[in-house]
Amino acid sequence: MTALDLDEVGFVVRGQGLEKRYGRKRVLRGVSFALPRGGFLVVTGANGAGKTTLLRLVAGLAAPTRGVLKVTGDRRDLGFVGHEPLVYHELTALENLELFGRLYRVADRRERSGMLLERFGLWDVRSDRVSSYSRGMVQRLALCRALLHDPALLVLDEPFTALDENGAGVLDAELASVAGERTIMLSTHDPARIATLATDRLVLA
Amino acid sequence: MSSLTLYASDVAALMRKDLRLELRARDTLPAMLLFVLSTLVVFHFALPTGTSDDAAYGLLWIAIVFTALLGLARAWAPEREGGALDGLVLAPCDRSAIWLGKTLAVFVFLTAAELVALPAFALFFAPVDLVAIAGVVLASVGICAVGSLLAAMAAASRGREVILPLLFLPLAIPLIVGGVGAGISPQGATYLSFLALYDLIFAILAWATFEYVITE
Repeated sequence: MTALDLDEVGFVVRGQGLEKRYGRKRVLRGVSFALPRGGFLVVTGANGAGKTTLLRLVAGLAAPTRGVLKVTGDRRDLGFVGHEPLVYHELTALENLELFGRLYRVADRRERSGMLLERFGLWDVRSDRVSSYSRGMVQRLALCRALLHDPALLVLDEPFTALDENGAGVLDAELASVAGERTIMLSTHDPARIATLATDRLVLA
Repeated sequence: MSSLTLYASDVAALMRKDLRLELRARDTLPAMLLFVLSTLVVFHFALPTGTSDDAAYGLLWIAIVFTALLGLARAWAPEREGGALDGLVLAPCDRSAIWLGKTLAVFVFLTAAELVALPAFALFFAPVDLVAIAGVVLASVGICAVGSLLAAMAAASRGREVILPLLFLPLAIPLIVGGVGAGISPQGATYLSFLALYDLIFAILAWATFEYVITE
């Protein structure tokens, strides 16, 4: 398939020959993939294979050293969950979502924040500082932040990390509800968990 | 809402966030206040009797610049924890709003320190006139504009405690010259114009380059 064909069939993310170096260290080599609108790409690979780096490239947090990466849409269309929660530890969950909701121009951010906090089991601790949360609760908040503006493209780097069974179940349900409508790129060490939702798989060596 | 209103709203939200974080954590402003006050007290006892007011103004500016450095070194600490800076970078707002919000917050902290420093200076050393105060305000704008940008650059590196002073102090020299000049020179207005020009040039440079500083 040529580059033009890839664009014509509506690919949201397309990478060709992606390479990323940090100094002399090459963390990603010759990665090519295409993710169509509504697709669900699972990225797997051993520790250090470059999953996080690839997802950071797609999110726009880093630039490839070599290769072409095309992501349709702008920053408003992207929801990202990384290794870190990307929230302020000394703000409460509500204050974090209010701040990011404002920056993402979410019109009904209070209602949407409340709905997400309720869904992810954080409503009762909404006014507590994030620094008092457990690792799993922080991960739930990170998911709330990523979903707050209802993004068209979700880039999730090992989103099940630190979640207990209940939290993982909520995320399973959330992914199932948006799969097909939203484009999703997710890295995991447990691809079996989302095997029924995934439309494609990229294995990094 | 117009894009300018949205931009101002983003800047205000980001600045409020920094003020709120400081009210809770109290790990920057108290340190700045204590540092500037204790420095002036030490200078008061260290200077020989009969030292000129001109020399004392130099010491005031040493105290102000190093107090600012203390605040700048902590300025991006909340963004480093938990990767919050990546969260801001991903947001669809103009990235220069992140710099401007931080600059305004640091300006508030530095102004608070100067509100303590100037009366203490007047008490220990020499009276402070309106031109000298205007010099402090204008130099503070430059310190915060340049310092916030450099602190963001330093925050991304491992040796941030060393890199920030190395980058910041050379660029602060014109501000010290202007600030001291406004305090002691009969041509104080000339020094104020110089400080205003510095602020304008470096604020535009920092505003325009911030996006490239915080992205890989």
